[in-house]
Amino acid sequence: MNDITFDDLDRKIINALQGGFPVSDDPFGEVASWFDTDRENIISRIKALLDNGALSRFGPLFNSERMGGAVTLAALKVPNDRFEEVTKLVNAHREVAHNYARTHELNMWFVLATETPDQIARVIEKIEAETGLHVFNCPKEQEYFIGLRLEI
Amino acid sequence: MNMHIKVTTDDKDRALLAAIQDGLPLCERPFAEIGKVTNMSEEQVIARIEHMRQQGIISRFGLVLQHRPLGYRANAMVVWNVPDQEVDEAAKIITAHDFVTLCYCRARRAPVWQFNLYCMIHGQQRSIVEQQIETIKSAGLAPYPSKTLFSLRRFKQTGARFSTTPENERRLG
Repeated sequence: MNDITFDDLDRKIINALQGGFPVSDDPFGEVASWFDTDRENIISRIKALLDNGALSRFGPLFNSERMGGAVTLAALKVPNDRFEEVTKLVNAHREVAHNYARTHELNMWFVLATETPDQIARVIEKIEAETGLHVFNCPKEQEYFIGLRLEI
Repeated sequence: MNMHIKVTTDDKDRALLAAIQDGLPLCERPFAEIGKVTNMSEEQVIARIEHMRQQGIISRFGLVLQHRPLGYRANAMVVWNVPDQEVDEAAKIITAHDFVTLCYCRARRAPVWQFNLYCMIHGQQRSIVEQQIETIKSAGLAPYPSKTLFSLRRFKQTGARFSTTPENERRLG
């Protein structure tokens, strides 16, 4: 995967809009005014950043727990020779929001997000049945900080 | 704000969430465009989105980065085993560092997994992230057993999905 290159304005747009986007009748025009450019330029740059893969999304992030949903972090101990197969089985569930291979005996870590708390247990049961592996479910007990925002 | 309290949404809110979850239209008046799809005026769309933001249903509105193509490849999950009564204090030490992007306490899964306090650090170089972890340890976390799990590969990063028809999807699923 090659690093993506961008100019100063791209950088400024990315850094500023990670924090929020104006909800108004002319939001792109408002953003343009911060950077002394025009609306069309902002729109075409965001489009280009989505197309080249720098951005995964431009829109809202939901707190599904506030809507009655549930989220958990879970891990699997996957034998090396089964990694590809298990990845496919796990990611096939639409409740899997993200999934990372990590450096530990528990080598696959994924986040489950469901619309109701009892669905978490059901998805875990399914994944265990499909993979034959035990799912280590590590639900959140306390949230201290979420500030995922990267300066580029 | 207690994030475990469920707030109410009506059908219009849910229709709106479904319409914007894959992203905003890139056009002059995106909220008017959303209004056309959901049979609402631009003003109604804006007012409802603002309201959902205040209620915490929409936690953030803006860009979501792909870390890796942007050079953020050293993504560390650092975990500690901290006695329950000391967790709050330890978390305070961790979150005082501005390079920490997330911090949670989670259930242990003994005997395989003894760790309960988690933090994430996203960096461009592994050596710098390792130094940052040392900084946290010297600030007071050194006494607790810990492990650092760097991510090797990412398989999926879609964020939480939202559906307007949970009943149907549940049946299909």
